[in-house]
Order: sequence, then C-alpha cells, then structure tokens
Amino acid sequence: MIDFGFYSDRQSRSILQKLGDMSWTLLFLIIATCLVGFVMLYSVAGGSLEPWAGRQIARFFIGLSLFFIVAIVDVRVWLSISYPFYLFAFVLVVAVEMAGTIGMGAQRWINLGLFQLQPAELMKIGLVLALARFCHGLTPQDISRPLVLIIPILMIVVPTFFVVRQPDLGTAMLMFVGGAGTLFVAGASWIYFLSGGALGLLALIPAWSLLRDYQRDRVLTFLDPGRDPLGAGYHILQSKIALGSGGMFGKGFMQGTQSQLDFLPEKQTDFIFTVLGEEWGLMGGLGLLCLYFLTLMMMYVLALQIRHQFGRLLVLGIALMYFLYLFINIAMVMGLVPVVGEPLPFISYGGTSMMSLLISFGLVMSAYIHRDIEIPRRPGAFG
Amino acid sequence: MDSRDIERTKALTRRAVTLGGMKAALFVVLAGRMYYLQVIDGAQYQMLAEQNRINIRLLAPPRGLIRDRFGVELATNKQNLRVVLIPEQSDDVTATLDGLAKLVPLGETTRARLLREIRRTRGYIPVSVAENLSWGQFSSVNLNMPDLSGVQPEIGETRHYPFSEITAHTIGYVAPVPEGQTEGDPLLQLPGFRIGKSGLEKTYDLKLRGKAGNSRVEVDAFGRSIRELARQDGDLGAEVVLTLDMELQKYAFERLGGESASAIVIDVQNGDLLAMVSTPAFDPNTFNVGLTNAQWNTYLRNDHKPLTNKCIAGLYAPGSTYKLSVALAGLESGAIDTNFRVFCSGKKQMGNVTFHCWQKNGHGTVDLHDALKGSCDVYFYEAALRIGMDRMAEMSQRLGFGAPLNVGLSDEKAGILPTRAWKKAAHNAPVTQGDLLNAGIGQGFVLATPLQLATMAARVANGVKAISPRLVRSIGGQPVPYEDAPDLGIARSSIAEVQAGAYAVANEPGGTALRVKLDIPGIKLCAKTGTAQVKRLKDGDKRTQEELPWQLRNNALFICWAPHDAPRYAVAVVVEHGMKGSAVAGPIGGDILRQAMLRDPARLAAYETPKGAKTRETGRA
Repeated sequence: MIDFGFYSDRQSRSILQKLGDMSWTLLFLIIATCLVGFVMLYSVAGGSLEPWAGRQIARFFIGLSLFFIVAIVDVRVWLSISYPFYLFAFVLVVAVEMAGTIGMGAQRWINLGLFQLQPAELMKIGLVLALARFCHGLTPQDISRPLVLIIPILMIVVPTFFVVRQPDLGTAMLMFVGGAGTLFVAGASWIYFLSGGALGLLALIPAWSLLRDYQRDRVLTFLDPGRDPLGAGYHILQSKIALGSGGMFGKGFMQGTQSQLDFLPEKQTDFIFTVLGEEWGLMGGLGLLCLYFLTLMMMYVLALQIRHQFGRLLVLGIALMYFLYLFINIAMVMGLVPVVGEPLPFISYGGTSMMSLLISFGLVMSAYIHRDIEIPRRPGAFG
Repeated sequence: MDSRDIERTKALTRRAVTLGGMKAALFVVLAGRMYYLQVIDGAQYQMLAEQNRINIRLLAPPRGLIRDRFGVELATNKQNLRVVLIPEQSDDVTATLDGLAKLVPLGETTRARLLREIRRTRGYIPVSVAENLSWGQFSSVNLNMPDLSGVQPEIGETRHYPFSEITAHTIGYVAPVPEGQTEGDPLLQLPGFRIGKSGLEKTYDLKLRGKAGNSRVEVDAFGRSIRELARQDGDLGAEVVLTLDMELQKYAFERLGGESASAIVIDVQNGDLLAMVSTPAFDPNTFNVGLTNAQWNTYLRNDHKPLTNKCIAGLYAPGSTYKLSVALAGLESGAIDTNFRVFCSGKKQMGNVTFHCWQKNGHGTVDLHDALKGSCDVYFYEAALRIGMDRMAEMSQRLGFGAPLNVGLSDEKAGILPTRAWKKAAHNAPVTQGDLLNAGIGQGFVLATPLQLATMAARVANGVKAISPRLVRSIGGQPVPYEDAPDLGIARSSIAEVQAGAYAVANEPGGTALRVKLDIPGIKLCAKTGTAQVKRLKDGDKRTQEELPWQLRNNALFICWAPHDAPRYAVAVVVEHGMKGSAVAGPIGGDILRQAMLRDPARLAAYETPKGAKTRETGRA
C-alpha cells in the first residue's frame, strides 16, 4: 500500500541521506572495472602513468563527480528534460554532419576547444531517456498499437541514420539494438520484433551498397581474416594471437609480448581487452567478464526495485547499452564480429566514453535513489 | 498502484528477464570463445606470438686472415657499412628504393638488378642494396629508417687485400655467392656474404669462412631490436699463414715490371714457396665489390692475360732448362757418361730435316759439362737419341714434371711429358727421331709450368730429397707438417755432375748466364738458361726476334739456385716472348735470388747449413 507520508519524508532528504540510499555495490563494481582499466593502461604504456593511465584516472575523477551530481538530482528533473536533451543531442549529431572534425577518417567529433565532444555518445543517453520517457505512461497494449509505436521507432531510426552516416557503425548498432531492446522491455508486441528481424535480414542486401569501402572491407575481412594478413586482417590476426598466446594464466603483468612490442594495434583503446587476455590469460578475461556480468545483474536488481516505469526503463535501457558496448568490443577483438571500433567500457582509454558512461550510471543511480517516488502516468501533470 | 500498473510491472519483469537471459547466453558465448582461443588453440597462438617476437639473426664470423710467413696481413677484413632491404617488410619496394636513392648512390642499372633479384627471391631474404657507404650516408639512412620500410642498415665486413695485385693470383679473391648455390651452409644466404672464388681463398674457403653463430633477438612490430635473448657464437674463420715472404714477393713483382711473366722462389730444403708472382695482375679488391662489365672485358682482352696465374697455369716449352733433366736421365740410365763427347758444328742433319744449335757456328767438341755450360743443342740431340723418350720422361717425372704439384691452387696444370704411350694416345703415331731431338732440348711436345721448373731446380739443387712445393705453413694456429719428401733416387755422382754444369753456366767462361751475378761475397749461384721457340720460323724467314710480332717471339726462361755449395733457394723465371733466357730472364732471376739471399739474415751472418742439408763440393768451381 502506498504511504504518502513516507514519500514526502523521502522527498526532503538531504544530499547525504540520498548518498546513503544509493547502491554502493554498483558503484563499487564500476570503480573495480575502472581500476582494471587503469592497470591495463599502465601496462600498455610499458609500466608508466604516461601517457594514458594518468589522464584516464583524472578523467575518472571528473566523471565520478558528474556521476554524483547526476545521481542526487531528482529523477523527475531528468524525466522532464528527456525530450529537450534528446533534441539537443540530435541537433549536435546533425551538426557533426555539417562541421565535424575529420578524425580517423570519419566525422565523429565536435571540437569544443578544451575537448572534443562526441555527439553520438550524448545521443545514446538522450535516446534511452526519451524512450523511457515516452513509454513511461504506456501499457504494453498501448505501445503495441502501430500508430503509437511508430513514434519511438522514428525516435530511434532518425538519429541512427545520421550516426551511420558519420559513419560510426558501432554506435549506430548500439543505438538501434539498444533502442529496440528498450521498446521490447517496455512491452511492445513480439510480432514487431520477429517481423522486424525478418525484414532486417532482407535489408542486408541494400544496406551492403550503402556501406563505405572500409566498412565493407571490415566485414569481408571479418568473414575471412586471412584475406589480407598484413592489411585489414592484421588487426584481427594480431589480436587473436595476443589473446590466444595468453593461455590459461597469461604471460604476467607487463609481460605481454604482443602488446609491449607493438604488434597490437590501438592497444590502449579498442584492443585493450586483448592486452588483458595476453597478460592475465583466460582467468583474467573471465574475471573481467564476471565483473561486467555482476554489474549488469546489479542493474537488474536495482531496476526491479524502482517503482516508476520511467526509472525501470531508464535503468534497463542503460544496462542494455552497457552490455552491447562490452559485447561488441570483446566479440570484435576475438574475431566474432567485424571490427567496428567500439571501446571497452570503463577500460579503453578515452575521455568521452568515460564521461558518458559515468553520466549514464549517474542516471541509473538517480533513478534508484528516487525509486519510491510516485510519477504520474501522464508526466504532463507533474510539476 | 492500479491493476494496470501491476500487470505492466509483471510484463516488464518478464521481458527484462528474457533479455537478461539472452545477455547471459551471449556472455557464455564470449567465455566459450575465450576458452577456445586461449586454451584449445593457445599453443598455436603462443607459437605465432613467439614467431612475431623473435627474430633469429645469423652471425657471420669474420673471415680468417691470411698472413705471410712473418705475420704480415695479406688478406684482412674491413668494416663495410651497407644497407639491405627485406622485401617482405617493405610496404612498397619501389618507393623505398626511391627514398634510398636520395641517400645512397643507387644507379639505374643497380636498381633494375635489385628489382629483378627481389622478384626472383623469396620475400624474407634480404637483398643488399648498397655497400661500402661512408659514415655520413650510413647515418642518414639510419635517421630516415621510419620512412624506409623494410630497410636495414648493417655493419658488415668486406675482404680487403692490402697488397692488391701483388698477391692477387696466389691468394685469389672472394665474390658473392652465385645464384642457386646458397644451399647447405646458412651463411650463404646472408646478404653480401662472400665466398672464395679463386686462389687460396677458394681452396681454404671452408676453413677461412668459419661456422655461423646465431642470435635470437626480440623485435617489435617494426622490426627494431629490443634485446638479445640468446646468442650462440659461431667458430671464427681460421687464420691461414703462408710460406710467402711478402717483401720478396713484392720485390719479384716489381722486378718483373709490366712483362707477361712469372717468378717463383722456393726453399730448396723444404719446398716452402717464398714468392709466387704472376704479372700483370688484377686488383682483387675490385672483384670483391663487383666488377663492371667494362673492367672484366679489359682484363679478358689483355694479351698479357692478367687473370691467369702463369706460375701454375702457364704452360711453356721448358727449352734448355730441360737439359738438366735430360742430362740426369742420360747419366742415370748409362746412355751417356762424362766421357761422352759430341762434335757440334752448329747443326744436325736428320733425314732431310736440319736441326740447328742455337750457336750457329757450333760449340766444337763438347762433353756434358761444356754442353750444359754452353747449352749445346747438338750434344743433347745426340744424348736424346741415346736415352730415348720414356727414360727422359721418367727422369722428368721424378724432378716434378708432368703432374700437378698440388700446391693448393685449383687451376694448376699438369703439363705434358711425352712418352711413347702418350704419343700413341694423343697422336696415334709412334715417337719419331725428330720428336726425340726436340724433347732433348725441351721443345716439341714437352710443356711445363713455371712451378714445375722451380721444383726441378729445387730438386736438382737439393740432390737428395724430392721436395714438394707448398704454400701454407699453418691453418688456425695448427702448423701444417712437412710431408716426408721421398728420396730422389739419383746417384750422388750424377747430381754432382749436373750441379757442376749449372755452376759453370753462371761462373765459367762460355757459360750462358755468365752475366748473372749475385754480388754477395762468397755466394755463387748455379743456373740454367732457356730460350724456347714459340713458333718455328720457315727456313727462308730471316727476321730477327726483334722484328717479330710480340706473340711470336721466343719465351725467355731461367732457373737458378744458391748458394752453389749449400743450396738454399731456387728461383724460376719465365718471361713470355722475352726473346732470350740469358739476357732477359737471367738478370731478373739473378736479382730475385740475390734478394732472397739478402732476406735471409741467418744465411748472410753465419752461412750455416740447415739441418738435413749436405754440403757438397762443387764440381769444378
């Protein structure tokens, strides 16, 4: 039964009280994951904080403060700015199209002077927020109505289209699957997913013609890494050699020959998991997988304690994104999926990724801290 | 919370669990893949990682030095700064060569040759691009390494012959391994590796080469060495010490001047070759670097044949020098004795052919001593008729003719010693009296190398042992033992008679080499001159030697030894188309022998007799 008095007490909690109410277990898991990242970055630099580990730690602390700020802000604030945030991110994504900085052959960044903003990262958060907001008041029956469902589908597809054009295949995939997954959790009928999957398979053929040369190359090389062992296949091959040679227990901290001798490409970013696999072996790799798995489990545990649909969808959506993130990366370095250039969450070197992840988890925590707040089915009535 | 909310929560939980299940399944996929890569295929990837990381480099041991008997370096190794290209490690071979061409000399022809070579060989085999670079060039290549993929600067060694032409024929030279002969020794595959191609470099190639070591080097993805993991040193090339005395060799070379000639100094007691010179010569250092076609053709076209080692590969009719052998054959066979006398009128009629003596007016009545001294042809015509072909050949063989002396040089010729069997086999004809007369004065079919002449001189001078010439004193610090020379098997009296004749040649009135003097008090030389016809002139042809074209002039030969009473050194000199043995070859031989004597301080000071040598009284001195 609902105890309004209790809620009103909760609403006037102090910051410290709120912090006390948050899930320290989840935070601990995140910090543990980041620590693994610092250690690996220290190792790939040949046992030095320079040039990666030190900066990554600094970014972590900046990100952590953002995490706390986002976490203690009332979740209803986030609800209320969901759409504006989504629109803002979308405008940025389009802006990248107009005035992006060329980097790695693709336009993904806006140069803000102090740092480079990757709008696609904001878009992911914006998308989850907006979808959670949209589905907040809807029952599965409501959502399953075609005329209703078309709106979130457009919310997903339109920005995804722009991200594909950037082209950032990894993020686009993440957004699309993450968005669809959120709708799935929200209760959209199975029929849509089954028919959508079938359509998707058919769409592969025209999609192929839309891909850029290097993207096709990646796919072809993925299907047959021996196709070009010194060219496009080199990354996958060297990555597999690094991982495979790690064996059961690895070569030891800072003893990875593949990584220390520069045979691994992008070892501090996309391929950092292979460094872990090489130096710590199967045990290290499984350890990290466990850490990730526990993090996800924890998010499920938190989500199911939240009493408003917005919060639940937000947490589950972010959890799905998080999972896709790590799955694509790890599957990629092991040669299971094509190389799409997606970092390993909390571990790969990179500022934008660290920030957006910590902000996302801040949202998760905000939803959890404010789990007992009653949010009307029609959010319009709120505030 | 109304019923719709509850229902909605239940639906969400169901869906969330479904999705969570999918995630868990995918986690299992990741873990399974990880297990597959790291445990099931782990060993294979470990091997690949090791292959990535470890580069086995062959360590070429420095080639063994070659020294003369006193330790003077005749063949050394010089630092060679070079650049090799590993085609496999290059992104774009053409671009790399373009880049290199800006830093090191790289001509169009070299470039074309390199590209051909790269196409032909397998990609991991390094190709030598430029050698003998200056420090400046070498360091600029090092600086530009990042832009020159596949390029590797190396500090190697190159063979150097400080005396160049003077030792060219004896020591030979080294050159790159020929295409398709790189099997066997892994060293042969090293870029820029050289093997001995002629002379002693070829004969003792395996000893000089040593055995390859190897070094396991950890390299990074760009091929840069990080550290050495293990090292196995090979065996150094063995040092080869020769019997040559470089000062004497140098003197002989200079003394021969630009003539097409050869000179040999041999130790009468043990066969050590103190000098072995063939002129003109070539510069072996240029062979090492790679001769241009033009250079090669110049050598080939030269009628003085600079590429031939005339000491061992030049075949000459021995002419009158051969009379020493004929005389011994006569004395030993009993066909002649010291009382045998011949009247020389200046010619001998044989059927309808006239055989001349070089002395047109004739020597008058001569015995063996006079015949040797004045080199009377008519005497030896008569002697040859009495001795016969096979007995002459048998003695010559004992003195060193007719077979290679195996001094360690691969192109040594055997020469020709005509016998009845030989004539039958080679010309399917019996030996004629004309053949006999010609053989008696070392003309006709008989052919010998200067080394064989020197050996004959040494054996006659020694008189007791059939010593064999040798060039190598020690290999890798191990002295090469003297072989036990077999007994010559010639009666003392016969030897003494012939030695006395040779003494007379240089010391008694009427001797053909009277003008040759050592100018060392107390030391006299024994000698025999020789002037061998290259082309028999038609009877009507009255041209003098000077009027003939160079190639048709007589060969001048000279053998000698000293001291007359305790022979120590023998010398043989052959000057091609030198016209007269006594006037041309004689003085050269005398000067070289004098130098050999002067180079022997022990001999000058104490005049002691080496162990085993026997002092003999000298005929009619």
